[in-house]
Amino acid sequence: MSAYAAPLKEMRFVLNELAGLAELARLPGYQDATPDTVDAILEEASKFGTEVLDPINYSGDREGSKWSQGSVTTPKGFKDAYRRYVEGGWGALPVRPEWGGQGLPKLVATAVEEMLCSANMSFSLCPLLTQGAIHALELCGSEALQKTYLGKMAEGAWTGTMNLTEPQAGTDLALVKTRAVRHGEHYLVTGQKIFITYGEHDLAENIVHLVLARTPDAPEGVKGISLFIVPKFLVKPDGSLGERNGAVCASIEHKLGIHASPTAVMVFDNAVGYLVGEENKGLAYMFVMMNEARFGVGLQGVSISERAYQRALAYARERLQGRDLVEGGKTVPIIRHPDVRRMLMLMKSQTEAMRALAYVVAAAMDTAQRHPDKETRARSQAFVDLMIPVVKGWSTETGIEIASLGIQVHGGMGFIEETGAAQHLRDARITTIYEGTTGIQAGDLVGRKIAREGGATAKVWIAQLNKLDAELARSGNRDIQALRSRLAAGAQAVAECVEFIVAGAGKDPRAAFAGAVPFLKLMGVVAGGWQLARAALAAEKALAAKQGDAAFFQAKIATARFFGDHVLVLAPALKSTVLDGAAGVLALDEDQFLGA
Amino acid sequence: MKVLVSVKRVVDFNVKVRVKADGTGVETANVKMSMNPFDEIAIEEAVRLKEAGVATEILAVSCGPSACQETLRTALAIGADRAVLVESDAELQPLAVAKLMKAVCLKESPQLVIMGKQAIDDDSNQTGQMLAALLGWPQATFASKLKVANGRAEVTREVDGGLETVSVRLPAVVTTDLRLNEPRYVTLPNIMKAKKKSLEIVKPETLGVDVAPRLATLKVAEPSKRKAGVKLPDAKALVDKLRNEAKVI
Repeated sequence: MSAYAAPLKEMRFVLNELAGLAELARLPGYQDATPDTVDAILEEASKFGTEVLDPINYSGDREGSKWSQGSVTTPKGFKDAYRRYVEGGWGALPVRPEWGGQGLPKLVATAVEEMLCSANMSFSLCPLLTQGAIHALELCGSEALQKTYLGKMAEGAWTGTMNLTEPQAGTDLALVKTRAVRHGEHYLVTGQKIFITYGEHDLAENIVHLVLARTPDAPEGVKGISLFIVPKFLVKPDGSLGERNGAVCASIEHKLGIHASPTAVMVFDNAVGYLVGEENKGLAYMFVMMNEARFGVGLQGVSISERAYQRALAYARERLQGRDLVEGGKTVPIIRHPDVRRMLMLMKSQTEAMRALAYVVAAAMDTAQRHPDKETRARSQAFVDLMIPVVKGWSTETGIEIASLGIQVHGGMGFIEETGAAQHLRDARITTIYEGTTGIQAGDLVGRKIAREGGATAKVWIAQLNKLDAELARSGNRDIQALRSRLAAGAQAVAECVEFIVAGAGKDPRAAFAGAVPFLKLMGVVAGGWQLARAALAAEKALAAKQGDAAFFQAKIATARFFGDHVLVLAPALKSTVLDGAAGVLALDEDQFLGA
Repeated sequence: MKVLVSVKRVVDFNVKVRVKADGTGVETANVKMSMNPFDEIAIEEAVRLKEAGVATEILAVSCGPSACQETLRTALAIGADRAVLVESDAELQPLAVAKLMKAVCLKESPQLVIMGKQAIDDDSNQTGQMLAALLGWPQATFASKLKVANGRAEVTREVDGGLETVSVRLPAVVTTDLRLNEPRYVTLPNIMKAKKKSLEIVKPETLGVDVAPRLATLKVAEPSKRKAGVKLPDAKALVDKLRNEAKVI
């Protein structure tokens, strides 16, 4: 069983060279995030991930969480690991100082989150949900609610959940039926919620549910949804825990993956709830949490890819099979075979591209929050909004492909559960589904993020790509030149698709939506190529200056070129699907789908 | 009671060490460096003494290049109160470090010095002993248990075939063995606090110490690779090889 080792050198490169950590540390409020402190944080988070969370990843998958009479027992070792997580103060990393947090940038939190999730995705979901809930309360909760809940949640003593889905209301939250009736100072919440990650568990003393529900006189549809806090245990005025609230876990699901993470069916029976913000504005508040969570899930794609890659690489280096194509002779490790190398390079290059994009987007979130210049903040936020569905959709779809390739590298052994590679594919499989399926992300991208604003932000980004092209043109490196032409073709493909989407908006939106997922993938591969090209330029510069690890920088350039020839090369094909593919998608009558 | 702890920046224990092509030493460029694990145990022990109300102040000291500041920040994050770096880019051998530490001890007057028994890079296992000799203080090496009370330290030492318990009068030098304790995980709030703790940088010259090496390294080489085995036809051939080739019987 190979263990996970955090790719710290790679992470530092991305933080410093691509995501601009040093500039972020100059923004007001982030002065503590200097590269040396961030280095220390990464070192310790890596230790925590590899020594505490990684050893219970496989066993947690085998054992799973167990339900009995409303209680959930997490797998062996999870309680202890969570206690250490709390002791380490990791949950407070991005939380504002007034709630006991460290107030560190999202970029730093992102790097830490990546490691924890690679080490143990099931475990990392609990803190992820808690972070989302904290964020929503920070932005939308009343002062009283903030005072009661945020300190304990930042500390990790209490965890958070998101209660959206109901059996009849999945993607379509307009169908939410859970009721909230005003009762004096609070509300009484009644209804059933499903798919509630860490809705019940034994890791913390209280669970703070954020619940979407309707008040009796609320308007129909999404405009009549309100957001409530429903704690598992009511909190007394002095902050101590009181009565058990009427929020009960009726069962947990049997799932394909993330077995250690309990997915609860929650039943609310006249449970005491407290309104967050104003009535009927719940969905807008939930989207605050959701955007954060969508980014977090995209990052899970990166995490699982890294983990799957490390495992496949370790196997490819030790598994002896076949002879070298040219040298013949003795049996060699399979990494010597060209096709195995191709698979490893697909894993490596795409993982690096996805990580770079995710970190750059995280840095833009920080800039959007803290930059003194209003226009810069707005520009950064627009970029973040454009890229969140790409990070979510592309990194998770690719994450599944990479986890699958990881199995392929192992051959028959990959199909055997004890090898551990299969777990990554099973765990990764949920990532394209929860927090909005890939189809939903693509619809968001095409509809809200491109068509609605006439492609303005996308065009700003395309201009950035063209500017990079000029920089790439100055490089004398052949690999960089090869990548440059692929990237130029990719940028052109995006530009044509954006025109197509904008032109079609307001006429028949079905055409754009039929090609929305191929368009999202196109955005992903071009954005990934964009980042790897920047990485190649930074590597070329470092090599010329004879600074640092030459082998690492040479690999950066070679990896970028590989990405160009094997992944970015698909951009024009994806464009053709976007532009021409709708007819085929929409041609059949529903009856014609039947073959019999 | 003030406790002084020494920390050395070494090649991380997970790194497969490679010898420089010219045989002058081991490759440290672009290699992950961390705190010597024995020193981590030393810091942990000092912090436990402080938590138990025995120690009042912990001073971490490192000798070496500017990058040792990182290692000292880790010591501060584990729980040291302040740090001193004796900055020098020169090769520092155990005697030079012991002399530097002596100078710091005379200035700081700690009641107890806790050091790793050896550093995992050169495995010298000398500095603690040399420091005690230079100061004329008692020493208790290879500690697997440490109790401090009434101006004395009771130290359980791991020796061949068992444990030996000695009692030394303070001030004294104690060096740590692996089983003394299990160092804690550094917490995020402590990493952030470490940033604000004092880290003083001094030069060997200021301390009046000549750090020039007394020993010359002639050559550093990797262990020879294991050779492939051979299959012998019978026992007679084996005996013959053992007698005439290996010369072991």
